[in-house]
Amino acid sequence: MIRFENVTKVYARGARPALDRVSLDVERGEFVFLVGASGSGKSTFLRLVLREERASAGRVFVAGKELGSLSSWKVPHLRRQIGAVFQDFRLLPNKTVFENVAFALQVIGKPRHHILTTVPDVLDMVGLAGKEKRRPHELSGGEQQRVAIARAFVNRPSILLADEPTGNLDPTTSLGIMRLLDRINRTGTTVVMATHDDEIVDQMRKRVVELSTGEMVRDQSRGVYGSDR
Amino acid sequence: MRLQFILSEIGIGLRRNLSMTVSVVLVTFVCLTFLGAAALLQTQIGKMKDDWYDKVEVSVFLCPANSAERTCAAGEVTEEQRQDILGALEAPEVAPYIEQVYTETKEEAYESFQRQFGDQFWASAATVDDMNASYRIKLTDPEQYQVVADVVSGRPGVEDVEDQRRLFDNLFLVLDRATWAAGGIAAIMLLAAVLLITTTIRLSALSRRRETGIMRLVGASTLFIQLPFMLEGAIAATIGAALAVTGLWFGVEYLVTDWLGQSVTWVPYVSTADVLAIAPLLLVVAIVLATISSLVTLSRYTKV
Repeated sequence: MIRFENVTKVYARGARPALDRVSLDVERGEFVFLVGASGSGKSTFLRLVLREERASAGRVFVAGKELGSLSSWKVPHLRRQIGAVFQDFRLLPNKTVFENVAFALQVIGKPRHHILTTVPDVLDMVGLAGKEKRRPHELSGGEQQRVAIARAFVNRPSILLADEPTGNLDPTTSLGIMRLLDRINRTGTTVVMATHDDEIVDQMRKRVVELSTGEMVRDQSRGVYGSDR
Repeated sequence: MRLQFILSEIGIGLRRNLSMTVSVVLVTFVCLTFLGAAALLQTQIGKMKDDWYDKVEVSVFLCPANSAERTCAAGEVTEEQRQDILGALEAPEVAPYIEQVYTETKEEAYESFQRQFGDQFWASAATVDDMNASYRIKLTDPEQYQVVADVVSGRPGVEDVEDQRRLFDNLFLVLDRATWAAGGIAAIMLLAAVLLITTTIRLSALSRRRETGIMRLVGASTLFIQLPFMLEGAIAATIGAALAVTGLWFGVEYLVTDWLGQSVTWVPYVSTADVLAIAPLLLVVAIVLATISSLVTLSRYTKV
């Protein structure tokens, strides 16, 4: 589903590469934790998958397409197959929960009846049934992240990218979010999650890929956060 | 769904930047009013040329009894000189430019002089001998005045050659300069409009950065993201154009047709029909203006 072949990303000429010759294969339906200190290249990895950045060297394949040769007008279609969730939720404050999720479908031109049936379904799935009319500031952090997940998942993408989705949440809430991501993963969606949260990684026992200053230092199935444990 | 969504986005954008939208409308309004005024002035000149040049004649004034002109040294024009002048006008290189030659005797000139000015006290002092006999030449092409003038002026018995067109040319010169002035102001306002629309779209794009960021993320197409901004500029500019057309329409209706048309009746004026004729031009200018500004701005501020 996602394949990196010797991928290097250098942001500024002469600077240390953000990613250094990383090769990695993520199969369809896998759940992968991307761990490492700040600046280790986790976010760069996700940005490359979304094609917000292009690789400086090496090749990136996502959903069967080589992104380096993908023309920019095809990028929107690539992104429709990828859901993305962030630490800061990125919700629209003046829209309700329903409108926030519906927005993702409206802007890719889905018909109204499709939106009216799909959005309540996905809100129900993330556990926000009955809160459709609330606005983001009336929700807790965990609930806001659920809205963001609902928005990312409403178009049934084959890949879900999560950049420290529990970074702003307390442990109990984080656990709820992880259950939700796990459930989404079990529908066949490939999930790649960048995180600092060792407790969660240790608990979930999924594949762990560790980056350190841009290099891949570990790829372990059913791994834990720290390699020394 | 798409159309409805885009329309609501445009509505939000226009309302959120209301003061900027209003200023875009006003600047395009003023700009296009000047542009339209320039176009109407040119139309006016064209109409007057069409109308007057048909009536224009070249007058060849023949020498009266006592004239200071060198060509009149022999005194009043003789029959021989008359034949010589007429002969010159019938020469093959001049004849094609001449439609007809009327002869006006000094008695006829006196009569028409008295008819026009007879009630003035100074007119009663004029006598038949003060008048010039003349040839009134109607030209096939009024622009070819010089050819005819060259042939007859300076001949013995000709006191003066006058082209009535020259009287109008001063007026046309004034109108032409007014056109340039209006066009110049329009050009400056055009520049202001482009800069203002650019700024407006940039502000609009920045204030909706969060939305456009999410749109990019969930895979909305570039056109879909940019269209509301482009249409915002286009709508504001179109309203400006509509106001300009309305302004010009009322200006022509009340200032030209009702006021000038009533007080100075011998001039053929532009009408509101002419305003409607230039309306599409103004509209196109407005839309091109907005589109160029948006393309320049959006390629920089809503990159995929």
